Amino acid sequence: MSTTQIKFYQVGSFAVGNRLLREDERSVQSDPERTNALTSGHRACQGCGEALGARYALDAAMRATKDQLIAVNATGCLEVFSTPYPESSWRVAWLHSLFGNAPAVATGVAAALKAKGNHTTRVVAQGGDGATVDIGFGALSGMFERNDDVLYICYDNEAYMNTGVQRSGATPPAARTATTQAVGSKPGNVFGQGKYLPKIAMAHDIPYVATATIADLRDLEAKVERAMTMHGSRYLHVLVPCPLGWGSASCDTIKIARLATQSGLFPVFEAINGEVVASSKIRKKVSVEEYLKLQTRYSHLFSPQRNDDVIDHLQRIADKNIERYELMED
Amino acid sequence: MLRQVEGSKAVADAVAACSPEVICAYPISPQTHIVEGLSALVKDGSLKNCEFINVESEFAAMSVAIGASATGARTYTATASQGLLYMVEAVYNASGLGLPIVMTVANRAIGGPINIWNDHSDSMSQRDCGWLQLYAENNQEAVDLHIQAFRIAEEMSIPVMVCMDGFILTHAYEQVDIPTREEVEAFLPPFTPRQHLDPADPVSIGAMVGPESFTEVKYLAHQRMIDSLRKVQEVADDFERHFGRKTGGQLRSYRTEGADTIVLALGSIIGTLKDVVDELQLDGHSIGLVGLTSFRPFPFHALAEALKGAKRVVILEKAFSTGTGGIVTSDVVRAIEGMGIKDFTVIAGLGGRPITIASLREYLTNAMQENVERLTFLDLETETIEKELSKERALR
Repeated sequence: MSTTQIKFYQVGSFAVGNRLLREDERSVQSDPERTNALTSGHRACQGCGEALGARYALDAAMRATKDQLIAVNATGCLEVFSTPYPESSWRVAWLHSLFGNAPAVATGVAAALKAKGNHTTRVVAQGGDGATVDIGFGALSGMFERNDDVLYICYDNEAYMNTGVQRSGATPPAARTATTQAVGSKPGNVFGQGKYLPKIAMAHDIPYVATATIADLRDLEAKVERAMTMHGSRYLHVLVPCPLGWGSASCDTIKIARLATQSGLFPVFEAINGEVVASSKIRKKVSVEEYLKLQTRYSHLFSPQRNDDVIDHLQRIADKNIERYELMED
Repeated sequence: MLRQVEGSKAVADAVAACSPEVICAYPISPQTHIVEGLSALVKDGSLKNCEFINVESEFAAMSVAIGASATGARTYTATASQGLLYMVEAVYNASGLGLPIVMTVANRAIGGPINIWNDHSDSMSQRDCGWLQLYAENNQEAVDLHIQAFRIAEEMSIPVMVCMDGFILTHAYEQVDIPTREEVEAFLPPFTPRQHLDPADPVSIGAMVGPESFTEVKYLAHQRMIDSLRKVQEVADDFERHFGRKTGGQLRSYRTEGADTIVLALGSIIGTLKDVVDELQLDGHSIGLVGLTSFRPFPFHALAEALKGAKRVVILEKAFSTGTGGIVTSDVVRAIEGMGIKDFTVIAGLGGRPITIASLREYLTNAMQENVERLTFLDLETETIEKELSKERALR
């Protein structure tokens, strides 16, 4: 299920004509008065999924809080490309401390606001997958366990892109990174147990956990806005393709994000208090191959010869997601 | 009002009297009683408008403190030993961002081998982290230093560590006067941050600084640390006007007039050394004592002044740089450069080994004759060492 109540007027397309909607139903980005929380002039690569996701997410959070927002940022691409001193692209109160401590810093911000009796200003923390699932994982789990009043957004591009595309705990199996190269008898990343943070977040029974991608930006906006209606720890995991790290064309960023959801590799769902309550249905199912083929990080699966074993393995992962998160309409 | 109270409890009450708005802590011996005390004060409502956050690590403790302080809240935490090391990345970040956090370090040794007892190797390892470091001689001074620390930190926009000897002070019951909240309020104005996170006036804090500006940013921090030396003294003087007690400041001399030998030390051992100096003077020896309260910033001029006329200085340290020697010593040597004063270093009390008056008397009696090595480890079991060394050398 899409989390928005908006109907699609142009059948077969994901575009929605804002002009046909009531003003309060229009997207945040359609509003000329929007914040532009991450404004132009930053140094992200062309086609950066993270820059797009962060702008949509924070603009939505700004609208939801009537501009009463403080953002905390982990070290990573987003921090580096947005704030080369003395410049800053942030048009929100923004704090960067370290790589592994964004959740705890956000806890501190929220605690200070509470102690001062400020009940209107809200707190968002954001980081990449390395900051979230690896180095900052302890701090994030602590924040969840205490149910601190923070929305944490992970922009997942599935590796350490800022340092040059090394493997993270969120790197998918078989993907080539700088530290899981496409060499040897088992090229690319290992097939491990995985570290799927949305489920780990749900295991903390926090009020809200959701996933989203930049292929459905209205859904992303709606989830941020919904999260901001709640208090306590909330977690949003956003898939943001990285042309540099994934070896994809800059113009394919959104397409790849869409293929990730339509293949079932990246399930889009919402969970309240630890239970899945809704998932975005696959509109037109595609094979994982269609997704993999657009990215050179998987090119070793197709040349010099096709590796059916690994491709089938990845397809099974996608099929399992489809079943587990009920991604197909009955 | 004087109370017979445990050092940790006294510090907890003193910190509470400073009305912190956010306290975050992770338990570690011997810091535990301080944060236990504060958690109770928040829980029972006697410390109002304060959030007490039980975090999952010291790294998180300092990180929560960073977020809270950057939002304009008066912020406090406490740690020791391994805990201080575990938060180091955030410790440097707090000073780099100029956040006036106050932290107690209940001084304890660093492992391995693991050891929970007192020495100064934890805070000394953070010599260069950009925080002020004030060392308490006794529990009264520990109480007073915390109240002074908030004012120094907030007026200078630099974080401050108040170092008090683990167990020796934290777990000792002494008579202590703990100022009331009203008395503290007259001395310590509300915290007005230089810059903070505010949606009405959004700023970006923590931008990436490149080679073109990094040196200047670091130089400004250096200069601010040097400037804080005057502030440390100013605040101690004002504290004396308010509370009638001479505590804190840069350093204090004890019976140094005309002394040929001056012992220099930090922390609770100063009390023992005063007794030793008294005894040795009674025996006709020319010896005095300087207690260093402010290790960072280091009071080069005040120390040179305090040591003027002495023939030798003996630096007693509860930590050392492996393979090199005294840590405080290297700063003292710079302070007395060209004054013709000889320096001797004695490393004592490592991992909680008691420093006895008898050992100190014996060592100092020899030191006054310059009949000691430049670097001595007090009460070292030489027989054990020789046995081990010969075994090791045989293997090479």
